[in-house]
Amino acid sequence: MSTAAVMSEITALQQGLHSCETCGLLSRGAGGADEARCPRCDEELEFRKKTSIQRTWAFLIAAAICYIPANLLPVLTTTTAAGSDSDTIMQGVVLLWSPTGWPLSLIVLFASIMIPSAKILALAYLLVTTRRGSVENRRQRIRMYRMVEFIGRWSMVDVFVDTFTAALVQLQPLMWVKPAAGLFFFAAVVVLTMLAVESFDPRLIWDASGAQVAQHA
Amino acid sequence: MYNEPLADLSLVACAHCDMLQRLPQLAPGESARCPRCDKELWRHRADTLNRTLALALAAAVLYTIANAVPMLGLTIVGRTASTTVIGGAVDLWNDGQQPVALLVLLTAVVAPALQIGFMLAIVLGTWRGRAGRWVGTLLRHYPATRTWSMIEVMMLGVLVAVNKIADYATVVPGVALYVLGALVFVLAAMQSSFDPREVWGKIRWAEETPHRRAAAPVAGARA
Repeated sequence: MSTAAVMSEITALQQGLHSCETCGLLSRGAGGADEARCPRCDEELEFRKKTSIQRTWAFLIAAAICYIPANLLPVLTTTTAAGSDSDTIMQGVVLLWSPTGWPLSLIVLFASIMIPSAKILALAYLLVTTRRGSVENRRQRIRMYRMVEFIGRWSMVDVFVDTFTAALVQLQPLMWVKPAAGLFFFAAVVVLTMLAVESFDPRLIWDASGAQVAQHA
Repeated sequence: MYNEPLADLSLVACAHCDMLQRLPQLAPGESARCPRCDKELWRHRADTLNRTLALALAAAVLYTIANAVPMLGLTIVGRTASTTVIGGAVDLWNDGQQPVALLVLLTAVVAPALQIGFMLAIVLGTWRGRAGRWVGTLLRHYPATRTWSMIEVMMLGVLVAVNKIADYATVVPGVALYVLGALVFVLAAMQSSFDPREVWGKIRWAEETPHRRAAAPVAGARA
């Protein structure tokens, strides 16, 4: 591993250079043109993702709203001769807990309950600090962003657990499992938080001094 | 209107903090990181086209098998049931969960197929040294197929489901389960052997000028 040669902390934006988000090429726009394209990959160029902060907030708020029914409504309904029984995600975690099954139970607890809520809180924190033009803890905040980006997909675990449990346990009239309403909201939380992460532009963390952020956010 | 590229192609801006810097010469296997935010700027993969092609072909074979045979079976007091990956999505659809069924189909079936297919096409299209514009189009959309391809997450979900069901029925692992397990590792290896910077360096530019055609930019070359 080696470190790239530093030319003091000057950004492409300060030099008026477009850095292509698709292919990474640096290029300079002709003065007065209202749209810029990358000469290599033809991508439309912007200094920062368009309306990044607003779009991220929109996805995040939608995710937070869906988070409530996702946790309160049942995700699976099991029917046996003894009757029907509906489980929420948290009840699923409790059911999995056994002398041999507890590691899996912990995985589901982590992936389904802790990751989505931590993701929503972390993104809200990043949005607020970025909007305020905070220059504190920027390395920690960019690390937090990468963590959220990396770990977010694992929340889908519960969707797959419920899908294959329901697909497999189809032994009518002995016993069968069907997905329930909570599953839709849970899947929505996963998708919306992933979209929120994608709309956030991490470069805004480094733009600092509030003026610039307001200009390009 | 097309922008004017810089003369020096080793100049880059960090994707996570926008700081301008010059990529150093890297031997295959070496990587460069942003000194300000620690983002990996470029890892020069050794022998990227050959290795990526081999792994993408292996992934294509495994993927085809995994979707053709049952993944899980179950026996309880003489009755049996089994399911495939696609079968899981179809059952959700029939149970009134259409949006979730589409999401499962996207993340477990469609996106992985696109990820493998795009990668094969990108590598084959770059094989002769210069790549056409269509390779750039695929490479531009490749990251999205990767984001939504969740075979490894599905595998964990299947393991949990098996464990849950094993309490009251006998679960019979199908061939697809083992094949998918192998696919998780092949896909990870394919991803880490691929060097997008090298491929971008070989792609025909959108704005092709005689001067640029003569000096085909090669990744890592001194300007």
